[in-house]
Amino acid sequence: MGRYLVRRLLQLVPVFIGTTFLIYWLVWSVPGDPFAGKCGERRCPQQYIDFMTDKYNLDQNIFVQYFTYMQNLLQGDFGETFSGRSINDIILTSYPNTMKLAVVALAIEAVIGLTAGVLTGLRRNGFLDNLVLVSTLFLIALPVFVVGFVLQWLFGVQWGIVKPTVSSEMRFSELIIPGFVLGSASMAYIARVARTSIAENRRSDYVRTAIAKGLPMRRVVGVHLLRNSLIPVVTLLGTDLGALMGGAIVTEGIFQINGIGRQVFRSIVTKESATVVSIVIVLVLVYLLMNLLVDLLYAALDPRIRYE
Amino acid sequence: MSDPSTASIVSTPRPEEPRELAASPGAGLPEGARKEKPRGLLGDAWRDLRRKPLFWISAAFILLFIVMAAFPSLFSSGDAVNGDLSRSLGKPSADAWFGYDVQGRDVYARTIYGARASIVVALLSVLGTMLIGGAMGMIAGYRGGWVDSLLSRIADVFFGLPFVLGAIVILTTFNGSGSSNSKAQIMFLVIMSLTVLSWPVVMRLMRSSVLATREADYIVAARALGAGTGRIVLKHLLPNCLAPLLVYGTIMVGSFIGAEATLSFLGVGLKSPVVSWGIMISEAQNYIRVAPFLLFFPAAFLVAAVLSFVMLGEAVREALDPKLR
Amino acid sequence: MSEQSAPGADGSGRPSGRLLEVDDLRVEFRTRDGVAKVINGVTYHVDAGETLAVLGESGSGKSVTAQTIMGILDTPPGFVTGGQVRFHGKDMLKMSAEQRRRIRGEGIAMIFQDSLSALNPVFTVGFQIAEQFRIRRGLSRADAKKRAIEMLDQVKIPNAKGRFSNYPHQFSGGMRQRAMIAMSLALDPEVLIADEPTTALDVTVQAQIMDLLGELQRERQMGMILITHDLGVVADVADRIAVMYAGRIVEEADVYDLYGKPAHPYTLGLLNSIPRMDEKGQELRTIKGLPPNLMNIPSGCAFNPRCPMAQPVCREKVPPLLQLGSGRASACHFAEELVNRD
Repeated sequence: MGRYLVRRLLQLVPVFIGTTFLIYWLVWSVPGDPFAGKCGERRCPQQYIDFMTDKYNLDQNIFVQYFTYMQNLLQGDFGETFSGRSINDIILTSYPNTMKLAVVALAIEAVIGLTAGVLTGLRRNGFLDNLVLVSTLFLIALPVFVVGFVLQWLFGVQWGIVKPTVSSEMRFSELIIPGFVLGSASMAYIARVARTSIAENRRSDYVRTAIAKGLPMRRVVGVHLLRNSLIPVVTLLGTDLGALMGGAIVTEGIFQINGIGRQVFRSIVTKESATVVSIVIVLVLVYLLMNLLVDLLYAALDPRIRYE
Repeated sequence: MSDPSTASIVSTPRPEEPRELAASPGAGLPEGARKEKPRGLLGDAWRDLRRKPLFWISAAFILLFIVMAAFPSLFSSGDAVNGDLSRSLGKPSADAWFGYDVQGRDVYARTIYGARASIVVALLSVLGTMLIGGAMGMIAGYRGGWVDSLLSRIADVFFGLPFVLGAIVILTTFNGSGSSNSKAQIMFLVIMSLTVLSWPVVMRLMRSSVLATREADYIVAARALGAGTGRIVLKHLLPNCLAPLLVYGTIMVGSFIGAEATLSFLGVGLKSPVVSWGIMISEAQNYIRVAPFLLFFPAAFLVAAVLSFVMLGEAVREALDPKLR
Repeated sequence: MSEQSAPGADGSGRPSGRLLEVDDLRVEFRTRDGVAKVINGVTYHVDAGETLAVLGESGSGKSVTAQTIMGILDTPPGFVTGGQVRFHGKDMLKMSAEQRRRIRGEGIAMIFQDSLSALNPVFTVGFQIAEQFRIRRGLSRADAKKRAIEMLDQVKIPNAKGRFSNYPHQFSGGMRQRAMIAMSLALDPEVLIADEPTTALDVTVQAQIMDLLGELQRERQMGMILITHDLGVVADVADRIAVMYAGRIVEEADVYDLYGKPAHPYTLGLLNSIPRMDEKGQELRTIKGLPPNLMNIPSGCAFNPRCPMAQPVCREKVPPLLQLGSGRASACHFAEELVNRD
């Protein structure tokens, strides 16, 4: 296990460097003048240009720049916006909100997706099965912002059950609808993966063996069938937590949640590129780490993998 | 859908047509040799597809959208670009079925004309993704060794970028502030960013199916008979790996229509005066309380288009997968 | 030739004192392509302390019969359309699901062909054996573990204690099949059904496993149904042999009679197709043709298109399974001629 972890970590390093370098290069180097359009509608103040050039060696070649940038980043310094606000601050205030939203989304999709998947996997081709198949198809096909608008309009405007937007207190009850929206596509995937997995394993030899041993159906399904079928679902859930952070841009925009996604969105609108780069890099890092975690989880869940 | 294990019990030996046995008078062969000509996988899949209403419905919708994209004037004589402010936010009526937007433009005409940008962008992005991803996957899978490792790591780098985030970064760089890109340039940029961020998925798909097929006996046999690399790739590998790729491509057209709309919605994709569903939805969000129809109609078209492609892909996938029969 | 039907089948469903009886069992598979009649009136029985071998090609219905007895037939597509399966005289097909469950493992247990897929890959072998003691016998974890290790010991797995916490994929094929046997014998069943227990194994290991099975069967005085397509496996272990073809028993006899004087042309064909050392260099004799399509079984005797002795009557009349005296039966119109041939 230890060796596996080290190997996976080592594999992660080039990917992380490659991805972050790509982002850095795109934002600071490709446009030619690194400050073109980086400070909103006006030209960047000379003071900011001097400060940034000095701090990040912007007059040097791209590799030196990237190296300097990463050095700062690894020391926990994300730099400043042109108006002098610390980007660390921005991330620290908004990240917990996104985290909260992502956890709610993950919980909702796990509970609903799994329940639907297990029920339909056990009893295929019934009414419930078709209902779930059609609704998951919709959820997968619809862009998040359409789902978001429709639910916001229905629950918030038309029926007035909840406020259309989330207050700054981020109460749990306010997060249910945004969480559902954020997790909707993954919920559908989880339902489908669980359904296929359960349906496939239900006919497997070891389930047949468990029945032949005279175990009660509860135990055959709840222990033997579920444990095997959950492996792909759990890995999906893990990968998702990383992806949810990225997907939160749209959801947070719609429900005006002051999270990291909304910060990115706002930075794009106000053309605050330094913030965009920093947040994207944080999100990429989280995404990669979550994928690593999933790999480890996978090895822990399936004993056949550990020794290969 | 029958259980595969049953199928194997029942169909070993392969069902023979007794009529056919009688019709071919004793050719001196053992009985087994004269069995019915086996249907190919594609024939089977087509037989399966033909019976699915979902397949026909989605195919019809796709045809409709493609005609709409090619000849929008067939459906609407309205002006999609210029509006009359006096009609601002007019409700749906006989004159304008879907009402007027805030600038007094005919929403019906805009929705029809919006099909073109959405579908062209999606189709070209899928084409690009298939070509790049397919070629990379073929090379990585067939060559193996360090080429495979290198290409796989490069794919990992692009795969490590969350889709929306990656597109935002690329598009803000090239299509951000103050850039005065022409309509075609913006479209190209959107297509490029979708392609750049999606090819690793196709590459992995292609690579794994090449790896699975590469060591198949008939490929080894072809190689042993002295067939060249080009011939093996074109004649043997490609046809076998194409089916999953095409299925994935169809589904991807649907998700790219949605992705284009999402990018336009975020303000980094296509921009007015280009007409697209995503732009319309983005513009409509501020009037959701007073004029929900502004949101409803383009969203409905978007949803119908995305669903049609996804459903078509799903139907084909199910038909091609013998396990699901 | 008497008009009396095969042994065990009294037709009335009365308890007959037998341990396990299958009586005129009929099973069909309803698939999209049509209905396949997989079992068409199978009748056999097994008593305590005896081994019945069920012999047949793949698709002859021998495994499906076993699955029906165990109650693990996949429904759909498989449906029981007639007959009885009596355990201690009681028809199991009429029992409640709960009653049947209680018989599994304790009354009748089963060993499967492919132990790698039949054991759950994500639980240790020990867990899967101990589970039965915990769930069925209500033992504590520690006691169940002790019993499971004893079972592993009984099937001669070296270092049973250490191997308790190994996963199925960490066992060799032979050891895994031993573990499978340990699992099926955990609750001390009265009948053991072994469905091709050695097919997936190397030849040398095959013999060891068969020896082990025979030994355990004698020790415990179990009734054993040994399902196989391998004539070689049968000879050493079985008391009686039932030969199946196209979902029916075509011949039933004790080992000596069957090998000495087969009473059905199909059995004769099977015996002739065993390669023999004294016929080295000659062409292998095989049974011509293929097993019938179960969706379209030939009229009359199902074997008639492949039978070297076929006469017009074989295409018209289904030969019943008739007693030939001395506890053997055959379903061939010419059974007596076959037996009485020099």
